[in-house]
Amino acid sequence: MEIFGIPSQALFGQLLIGLINGSFYALLSLGLAVIFGLLNIINFSHGAQYMLGAFVAYLSLNKLGINYWLSLILTPLIVGATGVLIEKTMLKRLYKLDHLYGLLLTFGLALIIQGVFRHEFGSSGMPYPVPEIFQGVFNLGFMFLPKYRAWVIGVSLFVCLTTWFVIERTKLGAYLRAATENPTLVQAFGINVPRMVTLTYGFGVALAALAGVMAAPIYQVSPMMGADIIIVVFAVVVVGGMGSIMGAILTGFGLGLVEGLTKVFYPEASNTVIFVIMTIVLLLKPAGLFGTQK
Amino acid sequence: MKRNLISLAVAAACAFAGSAQAQISDGIVKIGVLNDMSGLYSDITGQGSVIAAKMAVEDYIKASKSTLKVEVVGADHQNKPDVGSNVARQWYDTEKVDMIADVPTSSVGLAIAKISADKGKLHVNSGSATADLTGKACNANTIHWAYDTWMLANGTGKAIVKSGGDTWFFLTADYAFGHALERDTEAVVLKNGGKVVGKVRTPFPTQDFSSFLLQAQASKAKIIGLANAGGDTTNSIKQAFEFGITKGGQNLAGLLVFLPDVHSLSLEKAQGLMLTETFYWDLNDQTRAFTKRFAAANGGKFPSMVQAGVYSSVIHYLKAVDAAKTDDGTKVAAKMKELPTDDPLFGKGSVRADGRKIHPAYLFEVKKPSESKGPYDYYKLVSTIPANEAFRPLSESDCPLVAKK
Amino acid sequence: MPMSNASSTVFKTQSFTHQWVAFAIMVLFFAIAPIWVYPIFLMKVMCFALFACAFNLLLGFGGLLSFGHAMFLGTAGYAAAHAAKVWGWNPEVAVLFATACSAGLALIAGSLAIRRQGIYFAMITLALSQMVYFFYLQTPFTGGEDGIQSVPRGKLFGLFDLSENTAMYLFVFTIFLGGFTFIWRIVHSPFGQILKAIRENQDRAISLGYDTDHFKLLAFVISGALAGTAGATKALVFQLASLTDVHWSMSGEVVLMTLLGGLGTLFGPVVGAAIIVSMQNYLAQFGAWVTIIQGLIFVICVMAFRRGVIGEIANWLKKPL
Repeated sequence: MEIFGIPSQALFGQLLIGLINGSFYALLSLGLAVIFGLLNIINFSHGAQYMLGAFVAYLSLNKLGINYWLSLILTPLIVGATGVLIEKTMLKRLYKLDHLYGLLLTFGLALIIQGVFRHEFGSSGMPYPVPEIFQGVFNLGFMFLPKYRAWVIGVSLFVCLTTWFVIERTKLGAYLRAATENPTLVQAFGINVPRMVTLTYGFGVALAALAGVMAAPIYQVSPMMGADIIIVVFAVVVVGGMGSIMGAILTGFGLGLVEGLTKVFYPEASNTVIFVIMTIVLLLKPAGLFGTQK
Repeated sequence: MKRNLISLAVAAACAFAGSAQAQISDGIVKIGVLNDMSGLYSDITGQGSVIAAKMAVEDYIKASKSTLKVEVVGADHQNKPDVGSNVARQWYDTEKVDMIADVPTSSVGLAIAKISADKGKLHVNSGSATADLTGKACNANTIHWAYDTWMLANGTGKAIVKSGGDTWFFLTADYAFGHALERDTEAVVLKNGGKVVGKVRTPFPTQDFSSFLLQAQASKAKIIGLANAGGDTTNSIKQAFEFGITKGGQNLAGLLVFLPDVHSLSLEKAQGLMLTETFYWDLNDQTRAFTKRFAAANGGKFPSMVQAGVYSSVIHYLKAVDAAKTDDGTKVAAKMKELPTDDPLFGKGSVRADGRKIHPAYLFEVKKPSESKGPYDYYKLVSTIPANEAFRPLSESDCPLVAKK
Repeated sequence: MPMSNASSTVFKTQSFTHQWVAFAIMVLFFAIAPIWVYPIFLMKVMCFALFACAFNLLLGFGGLLSFGHAMFLGTAGYAAAHAAKVWGWNPEVAVLFATACSAGLALIAGSLAIRRQGIYFAMITLALSQMVYFFYLQTPFTGGEDGIQSVPRGKLFGLFDLSENTAMYLFVFTIFLGGFTFIWRIVHSPFGQILKAIRENQDRAISLGYDTDHFKLLAFVISGALAGTAGATKALVFQLASLTDVHWSMSGEVVLMTLLGGLGTLFGPVVGAAIIVSMQNYLAQFGAWVTIIQGLIFVICVMAFRRGVIGEIANWLKKPL
């Protein structure tokens, strides 16, 4: 059976691939959306922190023998801690200024992090082995799906939904959201708002690092891996609605699917399609598909 | 009047004295090795090429007892034509560089060729792929060593079709080099009775080829031709392995693959890949001896075809400088075409009128992990293409320097 | 709070003597320096200085952060290169044509972007710039990765051969001074004052009866056009138009130059451009260090040095520069 001239089997294959890519977009834009939605900070270093995650996993494997499973837990903690450090020493002082300074600071930090790693490791990628349990493929009939990629979809869905649930449906999330709307009032209730802000930033960064660890076995671990994906992730967050967690998740997966389809019908445009969508959305619904204008 | 006579006398005296020595500008022959020191191609070229150039200088002076003073400098062009042309201009205008060697990345190579011609200097290119350097962009100051897209397409393409791989699907990097490689290879495939059942243009650069590889798989072509380079090629090969494409009976043809690429991929993923190169460290005793010295100076990394090309081209360049008794770019270029080449790495060959260096090419297949005895023992020789067949014949060249009959 | 901290300092007098002195120093420097410094390097500095000045007009004086200014630099570069090489136009016509192209693009981009503010404005300009980048990557006329090479410099007015470096230097110098003085005039004109008012408090400006969108768009178009002039001139200097000029990292660099030199000052962008271009040139052999140092400069400028070089000097002198 053919759909638009493409055999349906091939189409499902492409959509599945798109879903896998979408998992990365969703995980990354989740971190960005958390940071912007709750803290109003544009974290331009998100891509570099994603790369840091992959590198910490790579280095800890090769120098310390720490395996993939431990890395999944340890790496986000380590990189998240660096995020906490950045927030406490630098970002905190910029809150009273124009938000664009935060963007410029994180942009500068991204350059530093990427430069250091490029200096040490060059630009070519470093291999990271797929964990043994996931080596091999599922034979789905219309394609072979590498087991590891199925795992990626699973983890991504789990992390995204859990985060959304915590922020939107639990008391902790409620405090967080209240703290961004009216920090003074919330602080008057005895909640340590600055600490919450710091930890939230750290959490967002940890999410980026987690995406990095997950990406290491698929894409090569390279200092430049964050640089080009960050622009796409920004577009995803903007389209989804900068304050909306669910928006970022849905748009992330959605973009993966749209990109997958574009690669089949018009591959040359697959890099541009997100920006076209972003421009259209920003003109028609400036707060994004799921966002509310503050 | 008297001052004029004296200056005339002085000039005459200098002329007589000077004719006994070579007229080397500033007394030094300065070679600039311009390549990618930190990016995609840093393993294939990079610092290794600078080492190769220095080894060449040492070896030449020792063997020929030449009195030339030679200096080698290196710089990074970051694979960008604007950065590369800036460095080249500055080198030629203010730093007295006489010859620029290496230069991977075709877009930069083309820019350097033009600047060298404009300033009357010399460019001996070992790193760029585009056959246009000896085709429509050729000039009297540019010589193309090591390899080019025509040789790759012809070597790999023809051999594969003849060995049964007659249906092809192309994965092409969507930029000038990728298109050129696809075009040249398609022509060879068709000429030898094969068929191209499909092609897909992949945005350049891309990390994730899974979608395109699935399309290739669906086409059921026997051969998936990778018309890309560097990170794109290694990623496509890795992912083809991951998605079981090769297990399904299709073979990959790497149209531009270097030994360091295979090294970073590991034999497990690259086995069975067919590729063409003009140099391999394990071909004969001379290449092995060179490799041992080179690896010792290069942190244990074995030489790539490009780095070997830098070595070989610098030796021939110095030979030509001594023979022509000058380092003027245009004159040395002409001399390089006059003299036959003979070096331990590429064997006997020559430089043609269009600037193309001729030497034999080799079709290799990547060994299975069980067949390899150690690191870098990756290739088995499938066939040798003699020098006069390996490169585009002069009759097909659109180089303005070549007189049309 | 608007971005430009430099002009939040209160200046006591409105005399422009200091600006004239600074101007004279700048002119003298660029007139004499080619004796000692490689002229092509100085031409590069002037082109980027004009680019940064154009960017500063929009950000420092207009309060609008565009993260896509590379699209103007690059578009004009390709337009001028194509005009000079394929159509064989004279350099001055090629530059004018390229400026017009950039202005046209700025009109379209601006009308889309102006509707939003702050972060959203920056994000739209980034998105548009990315689309422009990928478009140029694909279309054959730009030569993709190769770029448009061997661009002839041509004869100025059909008379002066610009392939000779001295003539080219004078040409670039004139364009730079022309662009700079034009921006100077705009800043001190009623239009410039309104722009500053909009930056400080847009609502108040609206309540005073000004059509702020109209003014912002005009500023965007002028900024884009002048960035284009810089790009076109640069393409002729290096005889090459490439993808580097449309890549988003170029947009980041111009922000860096302006921030370092001093947002909202007249001479800041010139100084910033000179520092960054020099650094890239002389530290080129250290590869990744350039990126690291640029990142450090960003961080230091944002944390502790928000006024930038000229901004600090102006603050110390208590006079606008």
